[in-house]
Amino acid sequence: MASPSTPVDLAAAMVTTAPALADWLVILPTALMILSGAALMMIRKSVRLHAVIAIAALALLVLIDALLLWQVSSNGPVTMTMGGWLPPFGISFTADMFGAVMALVSALAALSAAVYSLRDIDTSGLRHGFFAFLLLLMAGVSGAFLTGDIFNLYVWFEVLLISSFGLLILGSEPKQIEGALKYAILNLIGTTLFLITVGYLYAIFGTLNMADIARKAGALRGVTENAPPLMTLSALFVLAFCMKAAAFPVNFWLPASYHTPRITVSALFGGLLTKVGIYALIRVTIMLLPVEREAISLVIAASAVLTMILGALGALAQNDLRRMVGYVVIVGIGNMLAGVAIGSSTSVSGAILYALHSIVTMTALYLVIGEAGRLAGTFELSRLGGLWRRAPWFSAASLALMLAAAGLPPLSGLWPKVMLLKASLDIGAWWLAAAILVSAFLVTLTLARTFLLAYWRPAPGGESEAVAATDWHSTLPIGLLAALTVFFGIYPEPLLAISQAAADGLADPSAYIRSVFPEGAAP
Amino acid sequence: MNTLILRTVAPVITALMLLFSVFVLLRGHNEPGGGFIGGLIAASALAIFGIAHGPGAVQRAIRFHPMAIAGAGLALAAVSGLVSIAAGVPFMSGLWIYPDILGTEVPLSTVISFDIGVYLVVVGSVTAIALALETEPDGGAGEGEGGG
Repeated sequence: MASPSTPVDLAAAMVTTAPALADWLVILPTALMILSGAALMMIRKSVRLHAVIAIAALALLVLIDALLLWQVSSNGPVTMTMGGWLPPFGISFTADMFGAVMALVSALAALSAAVYSLRDIDTSGLRHGFFAFLLLLMAGVSGAFLTGDIFNLYVWFEVLLISSFGLLILGSEPKQIEGALKYAILNLIGTTLFLITVGYLYAIFGTLNMADIARKAGALRGVTENAPPLMTLSALFVLAFCMKAAAFPVNFWLPASYHTPRITVSALFGGLLTKVGIYALIRVTIMLLPVEREAISLVIAASAVLTMILGALGALAQNDLRRMVGYVVIVGIGNMLAGVAIGSSTSVSGAILYALHSIVTMTALYLVIGEAGRLAGTFELSRLGGLWRRAPWFSAASLALMLAAAGLPPLSGLWPKVMLLKASLDIGAWWLAAAILVSAFLVTLTLARTFLLAYWRPAPGGESEAVAATDWHSTLPIGLLAALTVFFGIYPEPLLAISQAAADGLADPSAYIRSVFPEGAAP
Repeated sequence: MNTLILRTVAPVITALMLLFSVFVLLRGHNEPGGGFIGGLIAASALAIFGIAHGPGAVQRAIRFHPMAIAGAGLALAAVSGLVSIAAGVPFMSGLWIYPDILGTEVPLSTVISFDIGVYLVVVGSVTAIALALETEPDGGAGEGEGGG
């Protein structure tokens, strides 16, 4: 029983050498999040321990992701295949520059949101498992960024979706249930479409491993008799991921739901979830099906323009600050879609840079709005006022983040916009450039109006009743994220280099493929 | 559903189904079955018990909160994968030990412990849903139980 009766050559099907210790870095983010999330579920009664464990786990996650990024940037993509089966049969986790940097920045955003939540989430929210859901959400987000298998990507989408349902209805107010219902139904349709498309892809390629798909796509395009329907496939993927990313015309679920949950939850969603959709879109269209993307680039560009302009107009029309930020998130999605539509090296690295910037600023902007709403006791722009006098440092950080979100110099929002403008002018798409500029102008207008009314204007109806001033629960995360946007606005070189390397790795995935299949890039 | 027949038979059915669920769980290693379907059978056993005797009785019978059981299962499954670090093989590799218990060689593996983890996750989460559905909304509890 202890040894098989007939000798079998395991080397034909299984990895026989021990994996390098550094390879574990690609698994650890997800494993750590699942393990700590499970621990919080087991000690659900001891709510005091939740925050301690969760914040320690998220800090560790930031550290692991930073190590992973360092490893990837010095030695190229890192792969580990589950169970020791050789790829493409085992499920691979592969971290390249793109995945690693997205994982690191989203971990930073989640850590900031977790610190902010110390005051935002009450005991009832903790008892309903806020931190457990948060950690499982991060397991899904990290898994989506680091997996190298397209079906596994679907699984992580489901993991983060289910955790997000839990977070969305924390508090069980009727308004939240209504928002969650819209969010749930439309996102379930989106993921189901994704699943159907993955099935379709499997029928065409006979493989789910992304590196394997990338190296087989070229040969399949050469087939002329009974040509495989790659075009249909990429159109379906674009539709499914646009639904997840909240691109027009399938984005109405976002403004309908993102203003209902606790502000920490909105911050997490606005910062991370739509960016996972953008990540999947870039991964599939730029790396796996670039030729097919080229054919529908005009459709993607049209969707990008409408997402930007309608998002910006929507933001301008809002009186509720939380709804307004939801529309600002959508404008960012339009910008990233423009980068995907152009598809050149500059534009893809611009889109990646925009995604990184957007994770930080959108999380921070929601936290800022939450803090402003808490200080003033309302989220309505018509009743807000006098914040500058009450909290000058907080107001300065808010101003920096609002300018960054609008894309004004010298903050981090400027550089991706410049790259996207340059890329669209390079191919002569003046209308795309114009849309980027007009939407940026409208967002500037919206946020300047917010600042003018909520911060500079004296509080309407005199000074309101005293609310506890800002303390480290809010200043620490907002300050950290604001410092990041200021730093990378003034000194963008490292981030530019990373996003350029990420874009190059997507345009020419041979290093990615070699990491999964060391024997060579040809099938 | 609070009939005398159901209340009398439910504990017997529940015990049988729980036993069967463990059988299906262990059988699943080489034949049809496994942690997921075993967990579903166990959860339906608890659901039947809940229909007959109320969610409070189920909660007392399983001692731990269903979500805590699910959490324990998730942790067990994750640990089963992470054991691979110590053995120097990729994540989630099946590792076996063959201890000799009372003269019989018993093969134990991380595959089994992972499947037990799946079983606990399914039992915990489905039971949590079932108990939430069986719990009467606030205020209606008294009338609901007397209705049979």
